[in-house]
Amino acid sequence: MNPIVITIVVIAVIALYLISVYNQLVVLKTRIQEALSGIDVQLKRRADLIPNLVETVKGYVKHEKEVLENVTKARSALMSAKNIQEKAEADNMLTGALKSLFAVAEAYPDLKANKNFEELQRQLEDTEDKVAYSRQFYNSNVLDFNAKIQMFPTSIVANMFSFKSFEFFKADEEERKKVEVKF
Amino acid sequence: MTIYSQIAGNRFKTYLIFGIFIFLFTGFFYIIGQVYDSATGYAVIGFLIALFSTLGSYFYSDKLVLATTGARPATKQEFFDLYTVVENLSIASGTPMPKLYVIHDPSPNAFATGRDPKHAVVCVTTGLLERLERSELEGVIAHELSHVKNYDMLVSTITAVLVGTIGLVADWIFRSFLWGGLGNRDSNNRRSNNPAMIVLFLLALIITPIVATLIQLSISRKREYLADASGALLTRYPEGLARALEKIASDPHQLRTATTSTAHLFIANPFKKKQVSSWVTSLFSTHPPIDERVKILRSM
Repeated sequence: MNPIVITIVVIAVIALYLISVYNQLVVLKTRIQEALSGIDVQLKRRADLIPNLVETVKGYVKHEKEVLENVTKARSALMSAKNIQEKAEADNMLTGALKSLFAVAEAYPDLKANKNFEELQRQLEDTEDKVAYSRQFYNSNVLDFNAKIQMFPTSIVANMFSFKSFEFFKADEEERKKVEVKF
Repeated sequence: MTIYSQIAGNRFKTYLIFGIFIFLFTGFFYIIGQVYDSATGYAVIGFLIALFSTLGSYFYSDKLVLATTGARPATKQEFFDLYTVVENLSIASGTPMPKLYVIHDPSPNAFATGRDPKHAVVCVTTGLLERLERSELEGVIAHELSHVKNYDMLVSTITAVLVGTIGLVADWIFRSFLWGGLGNRDSNNRRSNNPAMIVLFLLALIITPIVATLIQLSISRKREYLADASGALLTRYPEGLARALEKIASDPHQLRTATTSTAHLFIANPFKKKQVSSWVTSLFSTHPPIDERVKILRSM
């Protein structure tokens, strides 16, 4: 009778441990998904501002049409991006294209004086900041989760229920700096 | 010490402060009641006042603090930089966006209040907005948001209200003694005068340590350093907060609407006394010395 009780207790303790670790991982995973949708919200806001910007700039900019095309291209790349990596790449492309566009705009005083343009520029810069901050939140959650599922003994449970590590949302800092230096 | 143990510690501290406050307040009224031969009645009154003000401080402390400091809501149109900085850092820390208030005062300062992150309030002065660069403002806001996330502002806000209550009641009792002393002059002069003096003495004897204990309980230097550190983790730029603190420290203005009961809420001491770094002043001051904080931030 005694061995039976001991076995039951041991099984119960193991089961409780498994449940608690599993639930912890689910909470962390949900937090990552929430953070990811936070990035998506900001990326969408950003993409939604672009057509308006292109409309406004089109009337003023005569020679540097390819700058506008680059912005539009980057936007459609962002809209069609499926996974985190594609999204990050498209967003970095858009950031670079916008930098060039605003640099070009410096040469057009009328455009710079346009209230609508000024407001759009401000909003775009704001969404760029927000993308950066939501990316930071996402990445720190991914870091927590990835570290957790690799650490013993949580790693056993993670393997059992096949929790996979998440990808970081990478910012292309180098790319950005290059664009800045060009002008 | 992790953030989670910090939160649990702050919750426990809140209950502890409530408990101590109710106990001491009731006891204090009981002693006063002895003088008037109705100890139980007074104890009940004291208990009710204490209960009422603890509940009030939990649910309405943010509104009370905002009212005493004369803050008004900040809109996105009017304070674009402030608003977007708070939005961004809330996104980065994963907390809900706090309500934003502004105090019209040339002295640069800021504080956070509210009972939990869902009811948080961040308040800054217009002087702060005028003087700081965006990166410095980010440092200050990140510091305040860390207080929100760690439940520091719950402890400090209820303290502000409870200390304020003690001050009010002490003032009221003091006045009623002066009046009572004058009114009873002819009938039983000697009998009422003597206990009154004793009570006044007790008042000074009891109230001072209560106030000191409450403030000491709510404030820990470690907490300010921790908020500095986790704020820097949020902005990834400790230099911003370091420079902001230097600017705040070098400003000659005093915050007009701050009182002794709300002073510990602010990011830097609103009363600009000459910073004498003697042992006694640093023991009783509500804030760690700014140069020390700047030094730690610079070494991150």
